[in-house]
Amino acid sequence: MEFLSSALTKTVLNAFGQTLYMVFWSALFSVILGFIPAVILTLTAPDGLKPQKVVYEVLSFIVNVFRSFPFIILLVIIIPFTRALVGKAIGTTASIVPLTVSAIPFIARVFESALRETNKGVVEAARSFGASDLQILLRVYVKESIPRMLNGVVLLIISLVGYSAMAGTVGGGGIGDIAIRYGYQQYRTDYLIICSVILIIFVQVIQMIGNKMYKKLS
Amino acid sequence: MIKIHELEKSFKDVSVLKGVSITIKDSEIYGIVGQSGAGKSTLLRCINGLESFESGYVEVDGTKVDVKDKVALKNLRRRMGMIFQGFNLLERLDVYDNIALPLKFWGIKTNTEESRKKILDLIELVGLSEKVHAKPRELSGGQKQRVAIARALVLDPEFLLCDEATSALDPEITKGILALLQKINKELGITIIVVTHQMEVVKQICNKVAFLSGGKVLAEGKPEEMFIQPRIPEIKAFLHDRSEILPDYGVNIQLFFTGEGSMEPIVTMMARELDEDFSICWAKIEDFRDELHGSLVINAKEEDEERICSFLDKKNVSWEVLK
Repeated sequence: MEFLSSALTKTVLNAFGQTLYMVFWSALFSVILGFIPAVILTLTAPDGLKPQKVVYEVLSFIVNVFRSFPFIILLVIIIPFTRALVGKAIGTTASIVPLTVSAIPFIARVFESALRETNKGVVEAARSFGASDLQILLRVYVKESIPRMLNGVVLLIISLVGYSAMAGTVGGGGIGDIAIRYGYQQYRTDYLIICSVILIIFVQVIQMIGNKMYKKLS
Repeated sequence: MIKIHELEKSFKDVSVLKGVSITIKDSEIYGIVGQSGAGKSTLLRCINGLESFESGYVEVDGTKVDVKDKVALKNLRRRMGMIFQGFNLLERLDVYDNIALPLKFWGIKTNTEESRKKILDLIELVGLSEKVHAKPRELSGGQKQRVAIARALVLDPEFLLCDEATSALDPEITKGILALLQKINKELGITIIVVTHQMEVVKQICNKVAFLSGGKVLAEGKPEEMFIQPRIPEIKAFLHDRSEILPDYGVNIQLFFTGEGSMEPIVTMMARELDEDFSICWAKIEDFRDELHGSLVINAKEEDEERICSFLDKKNVSWEVLK
């Protein structure tokens, strides 16, 4: 009990809450917003339902551009955008914006490859029964890819935990922030260790849940 | 009836179909046969518009297939079930839901008593009543193809297109699938078009075949006429059973027995009647849709060639002197 009420525990738990908050919302937004380009990429790809070379190449280029920014630089570049969206550029809520922006192209690529792994024979079979393109997209591509996309979301959450630690250093709070401010700058090794242990457990738990769900869904 | 006339198709610069014309009558089991790359699968896909073509036409019951007319194409596909070499089932759906899928594409409710009965009847027809809720990964290849067959039948098609449907299965399982196709043809009156490179498929079920090579139909007719006494080098190469070593002395004569003639003891009759000795080099009997057809090669002295041949002519046995 004494342990739970100690300053250390309080600070770390509070920070962990902030990490969860940032990761949850940025994961949710990026999954929703990343799904759209993923579908467009899948449809317009050379082996897709509606091959459109120009659309595919342009969108693909944009995704690559956003993916090539180091997160810490993207964070700074989009400050005006963040400010316009949430009113401020610093803080836990504000950091959801750069986290989401950096995660969208990532998850778009992950979803794209999950969708494009769909067996082309199954697509052809669906077409041979008279399915429309929309039906093939929803009932074949998306439905068959759900377990693979779930794997992608697990990957996303884990990398967002890492990015959120970086966001923390510029005022986002969270575990990463505590580890740097207390653990590194104030030489509090206990903070550093606790933070690391929490993150290790968190990642393990997410991966475990992900694996279980993958098995269940596939 | 499906009429294909002077069909031409190419992929980029490669010409795949070079003026193919065939006619498939109702209730037939029609085989499109040939080596890999002959254009068989492409031809099949032109029938239900999965592939487009440059010239010629495909006519189904008098209506031309037009890949640009989406509505007509969709309606045509409802009349044609299709099964594939790789089964192409949805991995995440169980047997029941896989079979129900085409109904969903057509906006037919699958939770009604009628739909349920139909799906369960089809599952029974293909012999998978024990596996209603199994996922494809729990099934063997033969069972997967049975699910695919049930799925292809769920929209009550008039035609069933089979693209190398048994090529991934072992011989015993293949027999079972072919028997099922034959049953479907007989009991449901569905016209079946099979694309295959396997002679056992042709022999077991086809009433009629087209032999395709290099994008052209080299021969069309009854399989026993085409394959027991093959006349075209491409068909001989396809059968590749001419590698037997024959004696290099005397004369080798091949006898062909088709239909009723195969039952007569021609060889011993000939030996007795001509009072000649000859040796039998090889013989084989083949079974085309449960009818026996065979061929036999004998080796005799050169001076006897004429007598033997006239005897065979008298008995209405076709023959060929092998050089």
